[in-house]
Amino acid sequence: MATLPHQQEKLGLDTFLRGLWEENPVFVMLLGMCPVLAVTNSTMNAIAMGLATTFVLVASSALISLLRNLIPKQVRIASYIVIIATFVTVVDYAIQAISLDLYNALGAFIQLIVANCVILGRAEAYASKQRLHTTLVNSLGMGAGFTVALLALGTVREVLGNGTLLGFQVMPANFEPWVVMILPPGGFFVLGSWLLLFAYIRQRRERRLLEQEGLSDAR
Amino acid sequence: MSESPLMQAVPSTPGFRMIRTLGAIAMLSGLLVVLVFRWTEPIIAENQRIAIEKAVFQVVPGATQRVDVVLGADGMALATDAAGDGETVYAAFDEQGKLKGVALAAGAQGYQDVVKLLYGYDPACSCIRGIKILKMTETPGLGDKIAFDPGFLRNFEALSAVVNASGDGLTNPIKAVKHGHKQFAWEVDAISGATISSVAVANALNRSMQRMAPLIQRHRDALGEVAP
Repeated sequence: MATLPHQQEKLGLDTFLRGLWEENPVFVMLLGMCPVLAVTNSTMNAIAMGLATTFVLVASSALISLLRNLIPKQVRIASYIVIIATFVTVVDYAIQAISLDLYNALGAFIQLIVANCVILGRAEAYASKQRLHTTLVNSLGMGAGFTVALLALGTVREVLGNGTLLGFQVMPANFEPWVVMILPPGGFFVLGSWLLLFAYIRQRRERRLLEQEGLSDAR
Repeated sequence: MSESPLMQAVPSTPGFRMIRTLGAIAMLSGLLVVLVFRWTEPIIAENQRIAIEKAVFQVVPGATQRVDVVLGADGMALATDAAGDGETVYAAFDEQGKLKGVALAAGAQGYQDVVKLLYGYDPACSCIRGIKILKMTETPGLGDKIAFDPGFLRNFEALSAVVNASGDGLTNPIKAVKHGHKQFAWEVDAISGATISSVAVANALNRSMQRMAPLIQRHRDALGEVAP
Protein backbone atom coordinates (compact mmCIF):
# COMPACT_ATOMS: atom_id res chain seq x y z
CA MET A 1 0.00 0.00 0.00
CA ALA A 2 1.73 3.12 -1.18
CA THR A 3 0.33 6.61 -1.05
CA LEU A 4 -3.40 6.83 -0.66
CA PRO A 5 -5.21 7.83 -3.80
CA HIS A 6 -7.79 9.74 -1.84
CA GLN A 7 -7.67 13.38 -0.98
CA GLN A 8 -7.29 13.94 2.75
CA GLU A 9 -10.06 16.19 3.90
CA LYS A 10 -9.16 19.37 5.77
CA LEU A 11 -10.73 19.62 9.17
CA GLY A 12 -13.34 22.35 9.33
CA LEU A 13 -16.69 23.21 10.76
CA ASP A 14 -18.28 21.66 7.71
CA THR A 15 -16.78 18.28 8.63
CA PHE A 16 -19.07 18.22 11.62
CA LEU A 17 -22.09 20.07 10.26
CA ARG A 18 -22.38 17.90 7.16
CA GLY A 19 -23.80 15.04 9.24
CA LEU A 20 -26.39 17.31 10.79
CA TRP A 21 -27.79 18.87 7.65
CA GLU A 22 -26.32 18.35 4.19
CA GLU A 23 -25.72 14.61 4.57
CA ASN A 24 -28.06 13.86 7.46
CA PRO A 25 -28.07 10.05 7.63
CA VAL A 26 -31.83 9.82 8.15
CA PHE A 27 -33.42 12.77 6.40
CA VAL A 28 -31.08 13.03 3.43
CA MET A 29 -29.34 9.68 2.96
CA LEU A 30 -32.29 7.60 4.26
CA LEU A 31 -29.97 5.12 5.99
CA GLY A 32 -30.63 3.06 9.09
CA MET A 33 -34.41 3.22 8.71
CA CYS A 34 -35.05 0.12 10.82
CA PRO A 35 -34.16 1.59 14.24
CA VAL A 36 -35.47 4.98 13.13
CA LEU A 37 -38.96 3.57 12.71
CA ALA A 38 -38.86 0.95 15.43
CA VAL A 39 -37.59 2.60 18.59
CA THR A 40 -38.81 6.16 18.21
CA ASN A 41 -42.12 5.59 19.97
CA SER A 42 -40.85 7.57 22.95
CA THR A 43 -38.36 10.37 23.42
CA MET A 44 -36.30 8.45 25.96
CA ASN A 45 -35.89 5.48 23.63
CA ALA A 46 -34.91 7.83 20.81
CA ILE A 47 -32.24 9.53 22.93
CA ALA A 48 -30.83 6.22 24.17
CA MET A 49 -30.77 4.70 20.70
CA GLY A 50 -29.20 7.84 19.24
CA LEU A 51 -26.45 7.97 21.86
CA ALA A 52 -25.75 4.24 21.58
CA THR A 53 -25.47 4.47 17.81
CA THR A 54 -23.29 7.58 18.07
CA PHE A 55 -20.92 5.84 20.44
CA VAL A 56 -20.59 2.80 18.18
CA LEU A 57 -20.19 5.05 15.15
CA VAL A 58 -17.46 7.22 16.68
CA ALA A 59 -15.55 4.38 18.35
CA SER A 60 -15.59 2.04 15.36
CA SER A 61 -14.78 4.83 12.88
CA ALA A 62 -11.84 5.90 15.03
CA LEU A 63 -10.43 2.38 15.22
CA ILE A 64 -10.97 1.78 11.53
CA SER A 65 -9.28 5.06 10.71
CA LEU A 66 -6.30 4.07 12.86
CA LEU A 67 -6.06 0.65 11.20
CA ARG A 68 -6.84 1.87 7.71
CA ASN A 69 -3.38 1.15 6.35
CA LEU A 70 -3.13 -2.27 7.97
CA ILE A 71 -6.40 -3.80 6.77
CA PRO A 72 -6.07 -5.49 3.37
CA LYS A 73 -8.73 -4.42 0.90
CA GLN A 74 -10.09 -7.95 0.43
CA VAL A 75 -11.04 -8.46 4.07
CA ARG A 76 -12.00 -4.90 4.94
CA ILE A 77 -15.75 -5.47 5.24
CA ALA A 78 -15.23 -8.46 7.53
CA SER A 79 -12.81 -6.43 9.65
CA TYR A 80 -15.23 -3.50 9.86
CA ILE A 81 -18.08 -5.76 10.93
CA VAL A 82 -15.99 -7.40 13.65
CA ILE A 83 -14.93 -3.99 14.95
CA ILE A 84 -18.49 -2.64 14.85
CA ALA A 85 -19.86 -5.78 16.52
CA THR A 86 -17.32 -5.38 19.32
CA PHE A 87 -18.46 -1.89 20.16
CA VAL A 88 -22.11 -2.91 19.88
CA THR A 89 -21.48 -5.64 22.46
CA VAL A 90 -19.79 -3.07 24.69
CA VAL A 91 -22.83 -0.78 24.41
CA ASP A 92 -25.15 -3.72 25.01
CA TYR A 93 -23.50 -4.52 28.34
CA ALA A 94 -23.21 -0.85 29.27
CA ILE A 95 -26.94 -0.23 28.80
CA GLN A 96 -27.76 -3.33 30.83
CA ALA A 97 -25.56 -1.95 33.58
CA ILE A 98 -27.13 1.52 33.39
CA SER A 99 -30.79 0.55 33.34
CA LEU A 100 -32.58 -2.75 32.79
CA ASP A 101 -35.85 -0.93 32.01
CA LEU A 102 -34.20 0.96 29.20
CA TYR A 103 -32.58 -2.25 27.98
CA ASN A 104 -35.96 -4.00 27.85
CA ALA A 105 -37.53 -1.03 26.07
CA LEU A 106 -34.91 -1.02 23.33
CA GLY A 107 -35.16 -4.79 22.92
CA ALA A 108 -33.27 -6.34 20.04
CA PHE A 109 -32.45 -3.01 18.43
CA ILE A 110 -29.25 -2.52 20.40
CA GLN A 111 -27.78 -5.69 18.91
CA LEU A 112 -29.10 -4.66 15.51
CA ILE A 113 -26.86 -1.57 15.53
CA VAL A 114 -24.33 -3.97 14.00
CA ALA A 115 -26.36 -3.99 10.82
CA ASN A 116 -26.99 -0.24 10.82
CA CYS A 117 -25.81 0.89 7.42
CA VAL A 118 -25.00 4.39 8.67
CA ILE A 119 -22.05 2.91 10.55
CA LEU A 120 -20.78 0.56 7.87
CA GLY A 121 -21.34 3.33 5.34
CA ARG A 122 -19.18 5.73 7.34
CA ALA A 123 -16.49 3.09 7.75
CA GLU A 124 -16.33 2.35 4.03
CA ALA A 125 -16.86 5.84 2.67
CA TYR A 126 -14.98 7.94 5.18
CA ALA A 127 -13.08 6.34 8.06
CA SER A 128 -11.12 3.96 5.84
CA LYS A 129 -9.71 6.90 3.86
CA GLN A 130 -9.38 9.82 6.25
CA ARG A 131 -7.11 10.64 9.14
CA LEU A 132 -8.14 10.07 12.73
CA HIS A 133 -9.11 13.58 13.77
CA THR A 134 -11.27 14.37 10.75
CA THR A 135 -12.88 10.94 11.10
CA LEU A 136 -13.68 11.61 14.75
CA VAL A 137 -15.30 14.94 13.99
CA ASN A 138 -17.17 13.66 10.97
CA SER A 139 -18.57 10.59 12.69
CA LEU A 140 -19.51 12.68 15.70
CA GLY A 141 -21.47 14.94 13.36
CA MET A 142 -23.13 11.96 11.70
CA GLY A 143 -24.03 10.53 15.10
CA ALA A 144 -25.45 13.87 16.18
CA GLY A 145 -27.45 14.04 12.96
CA PHE A 146 -28.80 10.56 13.56
CA THR A 147 -29.69 11.37 17.17
CA VAL A 148 -31.41 14.62 16.17
CA ALA A 149 -33.42 12.74 13.55
CA LEU A 150 -34.48 10.08 16.06
CA LEU A 151 -35.43 12.83 18.49
CA ALA A 152 -37.46 14.61 15.82
CA LEU A 153 -39.49 11.45 15.34
CA GLY A 154 -39.55 10.40 18.98
CA THR A 155 -40.86 13.67 20.41
CA VAL A 156 -43.63 14.03 17.84
CA ARG A 157 -44.71 10.43 18.27
CA GLU A 158 -44.68 10.55 22.06
CA VAL A 159 -46.53 13.87 22.29
CA LEU A 160 -49.23 12.87 19.82
CA GLY A 161 -49.43 9.20 20.69
CA ASN A 162 -49.22 9.40 24.45
CA GLY A 163 -49.74 13.05 25.37
CA THR A 164 -46.41 13.06 27.23
CA LEU A 165 -42.86 14.23 26.68
CA LEU A 166 -40.10 12.28 28.44
CA GLY A 167 -42.87 10.84 30.62
CA PHE A 168 -44.32 14.21 31.69
CA GLN A 169 -47.84 15.14 30.67
CA VAL A 170 -47.69 17.98 28.14
CA MET A 171 -51.06 17.72 26.47
CA PRO A 172 -54.27 18.86 28.22
CA ALA A 173 -55.96 16.16 30.26
CA ASN A 174 -58.90 15.83 27.85
CA PHE A 175 -56.55 15.12 24.93
CA GLU A 176 -57.27 11.70 23.48
CA PRO A 177 -53.88 10.19 22.46
CA TRP A 178 -53.53 9.12 18.83
CA VAL A 179 -52.53 5.56 19.56
CA VAL A 180 -51.58 4.98 15.92
CA MET A 181 -48.60 7.32 16.41
CA ILE A 182 -46.94 4.87 18.82
CA LEU A 183 -47.71 1.91 16.57
CA PRO A 184 -45.51 1.16 13.54
CA PRO A 185 -47.71 3.09 11.04
CA GLY A 186 -47.19 6.24 13.10
CA GLY A 187 -43.45 5.92 12.51
CA PHE A 188 -44.02 6.00 8.77
CA PHE A 189 -46.42 8.94 9.01
CA VAL A 190 -44.05 11.05 11.07
CA LEU A 191 -40.98 10.09 9.03
CA GLY A 192 -42.87 10.94 5.84
CA SER A 193 -43.87 14.32 7.22
CA TRP A 194 -40.32 15.16 8.23
CA LEU A 195 -38.97 14.08 4.84
CA LEU A 196 -41.58 16.27 3.16
CA LEU A 197 -40.52 19.23 5.26
CA PHE A 198 -36.82 18.64 4.58
CA ALA A 199 -37.35 18.22 0.85
CA TYR A 200 -39.48 21.37 0.74
CA ILE A 201 -36.86 23.47 2.53
CA ARG A 202 -34.05 22.17 0.34
CA GLN A 203 -35.99 22.76 -2.82
CA ARG A 204 -36.92 26.28 -1.83
CA ARG A 205 -33.33 27.05 -1.01
CA GLU A 206 -32.12 25.73 -4.34
CA ARG A 207 -34.73 27.78 -6.18
CA ARG A 208 -33.62 30.90 -4.33
CA LEU A 209 -30.01 30.21 -5.27
CA LEU A 210 -30.99 29.76 -8.90
CA GLU A 211 -32.97 32.98 -8.89
CA GLN A 212 -30.06 34.88 -7.40
CA GLU A 213 -27.73 33.47 -10.01
CA GLY A 214 -30.18 34.42 -12.70
CA LEU A 215 -30.30 37.96 -11.40
CA SER A 216 -26.53 38.31 -11.24
CA ASP A 217 -26.23 36.90 -14.76
CA ALA A 218 -28.70 39.43 -16.06
CA ARG A 219 -26.71 42.29 -14.63
CA MET B 1 2.51 6.58 3.38
CA SER B 2 5.23 4.05 4.28
CA GLU B 3 4.52 0.56 5.56
CA SER B 4 5.04 -0.29 9.18
CA PRO B 5 8.39 -1.96 9.99
CA LEU B 6 6.60 -5.14 11.06
CA MET B 7 5.16 -5.65 7.62
CA GLN B 8 8.44 -5.11 5.84
CA ALA B 9 10.10 -7.66 8.08
CA VAL B 10 7.61 -10.36 7.19
CA PRO B 11 7.20 -10.64 3.43
CA SER B 12 4.21 -12.91 3.12
CA THR B 13 1.45 -13.99 0.81
CA PRO B 14 -1.64 -11.83 0.71
CA GLY B 15 -3.62 -14.77 2.07
CA PHE B 16 -1.44 -14.91 5.12
CA ARG B 17 -1.75 -11.19 5.62
CA MET B 18 -5.51 -11.36 5.46
CA ILE B 19 -5.67 -14.11 8.04
CA ARG B 20 -3.23 -12.29 10.25
CA THR B 21 -5.20 -9.04 10.10
CA LEU B 22 -8.52 -10.73 10.77
CA GLY B 23 -6.99 -12.75 13.59
CA ALA B 24 -5.47 -9.70 15.21
CA ILE B 25 -8.72 -7.74 14.96
CA ALA B 26 -10.72 -10.66 16.32
CA MET B 27 -8.31 -11.00 19.25
CA LEU B 28 -8.48 -7.30 19.96
CA SER B 29 -12.26 -7.33 19.91
CA GLY B 30 -12.38 -10.44 22.08
CA LEU B 31 -10.18 -8.73 24.64
CA LEU B 32 -12.38 -5.64 24.65
CA VAL B 33 -15.59 -7.63 25.04
CA VAL B 34 -14.16 -9.71 27.89
CA LEU B 35 -12.95 -6.58 29.69
CA VAL B 36 -16.32 -4.88 29.45
CA PHE B 37 -18.13 -8.08 30.40
CA ARG B 38 -16.03 -8.56 33.53
CA TRP B 39 -16.52 -4.93 34.45
CA THR B 40 -20.31 -4.80 33.98
CA GLU B 41 -21.17 -8.31 35.20
CA PRO B 42 -21.54 -7.47 38.92
CA ILE B 43 -23.43 -4.25 38.11
CA ILE B 44 -25.88 -6.11 35.87
CA ALA B 45 -26.39 -8.84 38.47
CA GLU B 46 -27.05 -6.19 41.09
CA ASN B 47 -29.52 -4.42 38.78
CA GLN B 48 -31.37 -7.67 38.22
CA ARG B 49 -31.49 -8.38 41.93
CA ILE B 50 -32.91 -4.91 42.64
CA ALA B 51 -35.45 -5.30 39.85
CA ILE B 52 -36.67 -8.64 41.26
CA GLU B 53 -36.72 -7.28 44.79
CA LYS B 54 -38.73 -4.24 43.78
CA ALA B 55 -41.21 -6.41 41.88
CA VAL B 56 -41.57 -8.86 44.80
CA PHE B 57 -42.30 -6.09 47.30
CA GLN B 58 -44.74 -4.58 44.85
CA VAL B 59 -46.84 -7.72 44.42
CA VAL B 60 -46.80 -8.67 48.11
CA PRO B 61 -48.11 -5.59 49.95
CA GLY B 62 -46.38 -4.91 53.24
CA ALA B 63 -43.32 -7.06 52.54
CA THR B 64 -39.82 -5.75 53.23
CA GLN B 65 -37.67 -8.89 53.18
CA ARG B 66 -37.46 -11.88 50.92
CA VAL B 67 -36.07 -15.42 50.93
CA ASP B 68 -35.70 -17.45 47.76
CA VAL B 69 -37.17 -20.93 48.14
CA VAL B 70 -37.41 -23.89 45.78
CA LEU B 71 -40.79 -25.59 45.91
CA GLY B 72 -41.23 -28.95 44.22
CA ALA B 73 -43.27 -32.12 44.40
CA ASP B 74 -40.70 -33.62 46.78
CA GLY B 75 -40.74 -30.76 49.24
CA MET B 76 -39.19 -27.42 49.96
CA ALA B 77 -35.62 -26.18 50.13
CA LEU B 78 -33.79 -22.90 50.34
CA ALA B 79 -32.67 -21.73 46.93
CA THR B 80 -29.13 -21.39 48.27
CA ASP B 81 -29.05 -25.13 49.06
CA ALA B 82 -30.30 -25.91 45.55
CA ALA B 83 -31.40 -29.43 46.42
CA GLY B 84 -34.03 -31.25 44.42
CA ASP B 85 -35.88 -29.74 41.51
CA GLY B 86 -38.86 -27.47 41.59
CA GLU B 87 -39.82 -23.90 41.00
CA THR B 88 -38.05 -20.95 42.61
CA VAL B 89 -40.47 -18.76 44.52
CA TYR B 90 -39.86 -15.70 46.65
CA ALA B 91 -41.19 -15.89 50.19
CA ALA B 92 -41.83 -12.33 51.36
CA PHE B 93 -41.86 -11.22 54.99
CA ASP B 94 -42.62 -8.01 56.84
CA GLU B 95 -40.21 -6.45 59.29
CA GLN B 96 -41.32 -8.70 62.17
CA GLY B 97 -40.50 -11.77 60.07
CA LYS B 98 -44.13 -12.68 59.49
CA LEU B 99 -44.94 -14.37 56.17
CA LYS B 100 -46.87 -11.84 54.09
CA GLY B 101 -47.07 -13.87 50.92
CA VAL B 102 -45.20 -15.69 48.21
CA ALA B 103 -44.18 -14.12 44.91
CA LEU B 104 -44.13 -16.39 41.88
CA ALA B 105 -43.24 -15.98 38.22
CA ALA B 106 -45.74 -16.99 35.55
CA GLY B 107 -46.15 -16.62 31.82
CA ALA B 108 -48.59 -17.28 29.00
CA GLN B 109 -48.91 -16.57 25.31
CA GLY B 110 -50.25 -13.08 24.69
CA TYR B 111 -51.20 -11.31 21.49
CA GLN B 112 -47.71 -11.07 20.02
CA ASP B 113 -45.38 -12.89 22.35
CA VAL B 114 -45.26 -14.47 25.78
CA VAL B 115 -46.41 -12.23 28.63
CA LYS B 116 -44.18 -12.77 31.66
CA LEU B 117 -45.31 -11.58 35.04
CA LEU B 118 -44.66 -11.84 38.75
CA TYR B 119 -47.58 -12.18 41.17
CA GLY B 120 -48.01 -12.34 44.90
CA TYR B 121 -50.00 -15.12 46.55
CA ASP B 122 -51.16 -14.74 50.13
CA PRO B 123 -51.68 -18.21 51.69
CA ALA B 124 -53.60 -16.71 54.63
CA CYS B 125 -56.49 -15.48 52.46
CA SER B 126 -55.87 -17.96 49.61
CA CYS B 127 -55.81 -15.11 47.18
CA ILE B 128 -53.60 -13.24 44.78
CA ARG B 129 -52.56 -9.83 46.11
CA GLY B 130 -50.92 -8.17 43.15
CA ILE B 131 -49.30 -8.67 39.77
CA LYS B 132 -46.49 -6.99 37.90
CA ILE B 133 -45.83 -7.49 34.20
CA LEU B 134 -42.13 -8.19 33.77
CA LYS B 135 -41.92 -8.60 30.02
CA MET B 136 -44.39 -8.23 27.19
CA THR B 137 -44.68 -7.04 23.64
CA GLU B 138 -48.41 -6.35 23.62
CA THR B 139 -49.81 -3.63 21.37
CA PRO B 140 -49.03 -0.18 22.80
CA GLY B 141 -52.19 1.67 23.73
CA LEU B 142 -54.30 -1.49 23.75
CA GLY B 143 -52.80 -4.70 25.09
CA ASP B 144 -50.10 -3.02 27.12
CA LYS B 145 -52.80 -1.64 29.43
CA ILE B 146 -52.54 -4.94 31.35
CA ALA B 147 -49.42 -3.47 32.95
CA PHE B 148 -50.92 -0.25 34.33
CA ASP B 149 -54.69 0.05 33.79
CA PRO B 150 -55.97 0.80 37.33
CA GLY B 151 -59.34 -0.88 36.73
CA PHE B 152 -57.66 -4.04 35.51
CA LEU B 153 -55.10 -4.14 38.31
CA ARG B 154 -57.93 -3.86 40.84
CA ASN B 155 -58.79 -7.46 39.82
CA PHE B 156 -55.68 -8.61 41.60
CA GLU B 157 -56.15 -6.97 44.96
CA ALA B 158 -57.88 -10.11 46.23
CA LEU B 159 -58.27 -12.62 43.42
CA SER B 160 -59.49 -15.86 44.94
CA ALA B 161 -57.36 -18.99 44.43
CA VAL B 162 -58.71 -21.57 46.90
CA VAL B 163 -57.21 -25.06 46.88
CA ASN B 164 -59.78 -27.82 46.31
CA ALA B 165 -60.59 -30.61 48.77
CA SER B 166 -58.33 -33.21 47.15
CA GLY B 167 -55.42 -30.74 47.28
CA ASP B 168 -54.28 -31.06 43.67
CA GLY B 169 -55.64 -27.88 42.14
CA LEU B 170 -57.98 -24.94 42.54
CA THR B 171 -61.66 -25.20 43.46
CA ASN B 172 -62.48 -22.58 40.87
CA PRO B 173 -60.03 -22.01 38.04
CA ILE B 174 -59.01 -18.40 37.51
CA LYS B 175 -60.41 -17.15 34.24
CA ALA B 176 -60.95 -13.93 32.36
CA VAL B 177 -64.49 -12.77 31.59
CA LYS B 178 -65.72 -10.09 29.23
CA HIS B 179 -65.38 -6.53 30.48
CA GLY B 180 -68.06 -5.74 33.06
CA HIS B 181 -69.15 -9.36 33.51
CA LYS B 182 -67.12 -10.22 36.62
CA GLN B 183 -69.35 -12.04 39.12
CA PHE B 184 -67.08 -14.17 41.28
CA ALA B 185 -63.91 -13.52 43.23
CA TRP B 186 -61.90 -15.87 40.95
CA GLU B 187 -62.82 -14.09 37.74
CA VAL B 188 -60.69 -11.47 35.99
CA ASP B 189 -62.55 -8.56 34.45
CA ALA B 190 -60.91 -8.20 31.02
CA ILE B 191 -60.00 -4.81 29.53
CA SER B 192 -62.29 -4.06 26.61
CA GLY B 193 -60.15 -3.91 23.48
CA ALA B 194 -57.42 -5.96 25.12
CA THR B 195 -59.21 -9.25 25.68
CA ILE B 196 -56.41 -11.46 24.39
CA SER B 197 -53.83 -9.83 26.64
CA SER B 198 -56.20 -10.00 29.64
CA VAL B 199 -56.87 -13.68 28.96
CA ALA B 200 -53.11 -14.26 28.79
CA VAL B 201 -52.71 -12.83 32.29
CA ALA B 202 -55.56 -14.96 33.64
CA ASN B 203 -54.18 -18.08 31.93
CA ALA B 204 -50.71 -17.47 33.31
CA LEU B 205 -52.09 -17.06 36.84
CA ASN B 206 -54.38 -20.08 36.53
CA ARG B 207 -51.73 -22.43 35.19
CA SER B 208 -49.22 -21.38 37.82
CA MET B 209 -51.71 -21.43 40.70
CA GLN B 210 -53.21 -24.83 39.78
CA ARG B 211 -49.75 -26.29 40.33
CA MET B 212 -48.27 -24.06 43.01
CA ALA B 213 -51.15 -23.07 45.33
CA PRO B 214 -51.52 -26.64 46.73
CA LEU B 215 -47.75 -26.84 47.25
CA ILE B 216 -47.63 -23.48 49.02
CA GLN B 217 -50.53 -24.39 51.28
CA ARG B 218 -48.94 -27.74 52.13
CA HIS B 219 -45.66 -26.08 53.06
CA ARG B 220 -47.21 -22.99 54.58
CA ASP B 221 -45.79 -23.54 58.06
CA ALA B 222 -42.36 -24.42 56.76
CA LEU B 223 -42.39 -21.27 54.61
CA GLY B 224 -43.16 -19.16 57.66
CA GLU B 225 -40.09 -20.57 59.41
CA VAL B 226 -37.50 -19.59 56.81
CA ALA B 227 -37.85 -15.91 57.74
CA PRO B 228 -34.53 -14.07 57.57
